[in-house]
Amino acid sequence: MFYREAGQFKTSYKADQAVFPIFQDKIFVAIWLFIGFVVVPMLASEYMFRAIFIPVIIMALAAIGLNLLVGYCGQVSLGSGAFMAVGAYAAYNFMIRVPELNPLICFLLGGLSATVVGVIFGIPSLRIKGFYLAVATLALQFFTDWTFSRIDWFTNYTPSGSIAVQPIEVLGVVFDSPIRKYFLCLVFLVIFTIIGKNIVRGRIGRAWMATRDMDVAAEIIGIRPVYAKLSAFAVSSFFIGVAGALWAFVHLGSWEPLAFDINLSFSILFMVIIGGLGSIVGGMLGAAFITLLPLFLNQLPVWLGINISTAMISHLEFMIFGALIIFFLAVEPLGLARIWQITKEKLRLWPFPH
Amino acid sequence: MNHSLLFRALLICVPLAIGGCGQDSGTDTGTSTGNQSNAEGVIVDVSDPNAQFVPVLSYRTGAYAPNGTPVANGFTDYLKLINARDGGINGVKISFEECETGYSTSRSIECYERLKGQGPTGAAVFNPMSTGATFAITEKAPVDKIPLITMGYGRSESRNGGVFPWNFPIYGTYWTAADILITHLGNINGGLNNLKGKKIALVYHDSPFGKEPIPLLEKRASMLGFELLSIPVTHPGVEQKSAWTMIRKEQPDYVLLWGWGVMNSTAIKEATGVRYPRDQMYGIWWAGSEPDVRPAAADAVGYQAISMVSSGQAQVHKDILSYLYDKGLGSGEREGVGEVLYNVAIINAALVVESIRTAQSKYGDKPLTGEEVRWGIENLDITEETIEKLGLTGYMYPLSLSCSDHEGKRAARLHRWNGESWEYSTDWITADDSVIQPMVRSASDTYAKEAGIPTNACDS
Amino acid sequence: MGFFVEVLISGLMAGVLYSLVALGFVLIFKASGVFNFAQGAMVLFAALTFVRLLDILKDTFAPITLALIITIAMMIMLAIAIERLVLRPLVNQPGISLFMATLGVAYFLDGFGQTLWGSDIYTLDIGIPKGSIFIFESIFEGGVLVAKEDLVATVIAGVLVVTLAIFFQKTRIGRALRAVADDHQAAQSIGIPLNYIWVIVWTVAGLVALVAGVIWGSKLGVQFSLSLIALKALPVLILGGFESVLGAVIGGLIIGSGEKLAEIYLGPYVGGGIEYWFAYMLALGFLMFRPQGLFGEVHIDRV
Repeated sequence: MFYREAGQFKTSYKADQAVFPIFQDKIFVAIWLFIGFVVVPMLASEYMFRAIFIPVIIMALAAIGLNLLVGYCGQVSLGSGAFMAVGAYAAYNFMIRVPELNPLICFLLGGLSATVVGVIFGIPSLRIKGFYLAVATLALQFFTDWTFSRIDWFTNYTPSGSIAVQPIEVLGVVFDSPIRKYFLCLVFLVIFTIIGKNIVRGRIGRAWMATRDMDVAAEIIGIRPVYAKLSAFAVSSFFIGVAGALWAFVHLGSWEPLAFDINLSFSILFMVIIGGLGSIVGGMLGAAFITLLPLFLNQLPVWLGINISTAMISHLEFMIFGALIIFFLAVEPLGLARIWQITKEKLRLWPFPH
Repeated sequence: MNHSLLFRALLICVPLAIGGCGQDSGTDTGTSTGNQSNAEGVIVDVSDPNAQFVPVLSYRTGAYAPNGTPVANGFTDYLKLINARDGGINGVKISFEECETGYSTSRSIECYERLKGQGPTGAAVFNPMSTGATFAITEKAPVDKIPLITMGYGRSESRNGGVFPWNFPIYGTYWTAADILITHLGNINGGLNNLKGKKIALVYHDSPFGKEPIPLLEKRASMLGFELLSIPVTHPGVEQKSAWTMIRKEQPDYVLLWGWGVMNSTAIKEATGVRYPRDQMYGIWWAGSEPDVRPAAADAVGYQAISMVSSGQAQVHKDILSYLYDKGLGSGEREGVGEVLYNVAIINAALVVESIRTAQSKYGDKPLTGEEVRWGIENLDITEETIEKLGLTGYMYPLSLSCSDHEGKRAARLHRWNGESWEYSTDWITADDSVIQPMVRSASDTYAKEAGIPTNACDS
Repeated sequence: MGFFVEVLISGLMAGVLYSLVALGFVLIFKASGVFNFAQGAMVLFAALTFVRLLDILKDTFAPITLALIITIAMMIMLAIAIERLVLRPLVNQPGISLFMATLGVAYFLDGFGQTLWGSDIYTLDIGIPKGSIFIFESIFEGGVLVAKEDLVATVIAGVLVVTLAIFFQKTRIGRALRAVADDHQAAQSIGIPLNYIWVIVWTVAGLVALVAGVIWGSKLGVQFSLSLIALKALPVLILGGFESVLGAVIGGLIIGSGEKLAEIYLGPYVGGGIEYWFAYMLALGFLMFRPQGLFGEVHIDRV
């Protein structure tokens, strides 16, 4: 009913290959953009910006990045935190060592540094597969943890190893207020989503998916695994690296190597799995879900007026979080993106289910 | 199909709920706050328009829970006591909300953001309870105009109020602590000059907390001619075999232990394993409490640590027991009242309360803003009479702050674990400020330059 | 030379403990193809249960035995619950989903264990001797110092490994497990009940976790960080191969000695604290030559 494709005829290949071939999808996206750029800034409080919207957006960017690698190319990585760290520290070093550079360019350079590291650590993926690779990516995680806390050059010889940065300034605009930071992140997310979406529906993305589904078969039909896997690592770590720079500069403002530890890697992987493997929108949904769930669980007893100790709350939070993950995997292994898709299907048929 | 899914959900969730609820009464680990009628007037709702809101960042879970829990208990017990015994600070009740950080910096920031605007006037003062979190919140506090009390932790150079008007590392920074330990080593060797040629190892938690003393120790090493050996221990510190094998190889004359949480007890056990004498080991004040030595039991005897306060019970503890624990309103367990970290937290909370009281003398007896409380902290003047009135005689030392010195006093005692309790083993030792002061100046100037802030907040 | 041997021995002994945790992973992977990240959480849960029960039962006639029995019963219940609520609904899902589900189990157990038993640090003393002794005094000057706790732990771990090997090779259930590991469907078709086998495997893994938890717990005290030792077992696992009990043992020895030697002899030149990543890098280096680990099964992909 609401979601009907009837009457929408594609008269050219170009129209058929559009990102959103269905008219209603375009409306949906437009509504979301409208909400993101107009409604949210008007309604949200400072806390919501700082604790909800900004982290969710940055994490969505990271999750999309990891999804390119895990969901599209099938290479499981537990090292996203490391790529974020590389992005953050590289951006920091570009910024303090070449002060005349525009901060946004520093972010991108941070992303590029993550790309370089990603390609280097992607090389084992040519030989190692599956969980062996997943565990091997942890090598990078622990290595970066160590590097950034032990090699003082990266932290500009700060004695404590903790870095503090000032709000960034681009073309005279200082991004200090939450709402400006929010816009900055949102613009990044929109641009990278467009790039990501177009990569995965192009030649590279198809090569990735072929590799994911069966790398031997992909090789036989002429896809070079070296090229496919390393490009996936490169693009994915670029996304994650930029997200890392944003996370550090825009969200945290001051950080230490522990900010990018293995827990962060796991939560990004959770976002990808819960959101939906191999789906761009899944990355966003997953990021929102995983970021908000603990906040929600944490606040729930307060809202309900139940008086239990904070220790109990956070233990329960652990338990519910774990249980929900199992539940989601059991109910909908394809993630939130799949639920979204089912909803669309339902809307298409409603109110006549047959 | 859908029904079976729902059923599955129930299957997962029901035992969960039972497990969660059934627990509270079943074991002695729950810290339930007792029944509602007793709690009246003691636990004040955050939304109360006449109450002063004090945020509490705590960690009762995760790797650092054994140490975080007594701190949180002591802190909240004291706030409750003020409400129960005195009816608040000059009649202004204290409301508080705990936020669980798990000792993680990013979670601490989230807690900070959530709590800073609560209550009628916003947060009075934050106690981040973690050095990493202090570094992060230091950047945010001036914007939000909320002061930070970082008692015995945080940024060492932040005692310079000219650059860090919002930071208050009262009771000593890590540079102070490190210098006191070196001074003590000098004392037992018959003078600092006799440390020449000695070898001192620093076994530290690999985080901003553990790295903080290194600049001072390095400077002291070059001044006095001892050799400093820095050995990092990766978070959370359960893997220290190689660190102690290294110590066995190098045989340093002394080991300084800069640990937190399970790292401390592990270190003492590993020291036993390599037969390193415990009486040559000295801990930071965060490595000198019951959870640190109890798991190591008899092996820890002779181990000393610098101490802000040792264990024991003063008048205030009796009040806490009679006003709170006898009525089932205590935050933790009875046995925990009077432990080292509990007492540290009591002093911390007392500093918060006295700061608010001082601020009230200027701004009136009503809930105050962070900016007003900041004035109260900076003009804090704790005398022997105040301490007597607080019921903390012998547990707290007199101190007064000024804009240029947010630390107060640079002295501490050492205490030693005798197998059953901690007891003071030295007299007061004062740090040499002629060593620390130039470092504070240069570090805070560097910070001010990078952050583009003035260094003369005191002059205005 | 004496010192080198000392480092080597301490590394090997640490390695045996890593193997013990890694064994839990191997058992489950062999029989159900699940990469069980909850093994670390199980170690914590088992140790917490045991140590708290000891405390509760300390006035009874045989606290250790009773606590042990109840803990084992709880681990069996846990195995059944996991089979029912996690494995069964997720049967035939890709490995990554199962892996994620075990991460969920890990979170749940971490929270559940602490809700149930508290989050303090608990001393576990079941009479493992403390202190250290010198050995090989006649060979090296000054001898080699080893901690008695580590020696005992090594012996226990060694016994356990041998027991498990015999269990797998010689008993009826062991043969059934291996059959399931080789081919689920074939095993089922000859009448081996799959669900039952899974419960057994998870129970055995739970018992291995209990042993690991008791050994580590009496060394470090029982507290939350025990669940993080899973991370130390992962390089052992990939080095030895996911399917091999022997691999877990050899891998443990290589990783344990490698990381300790590296930390002592390389660490000082680069600032120390390298053992965490060195273990992974070492394993990664081995993998570059044998992508399925030293003793893992070679999978041949067919199109």
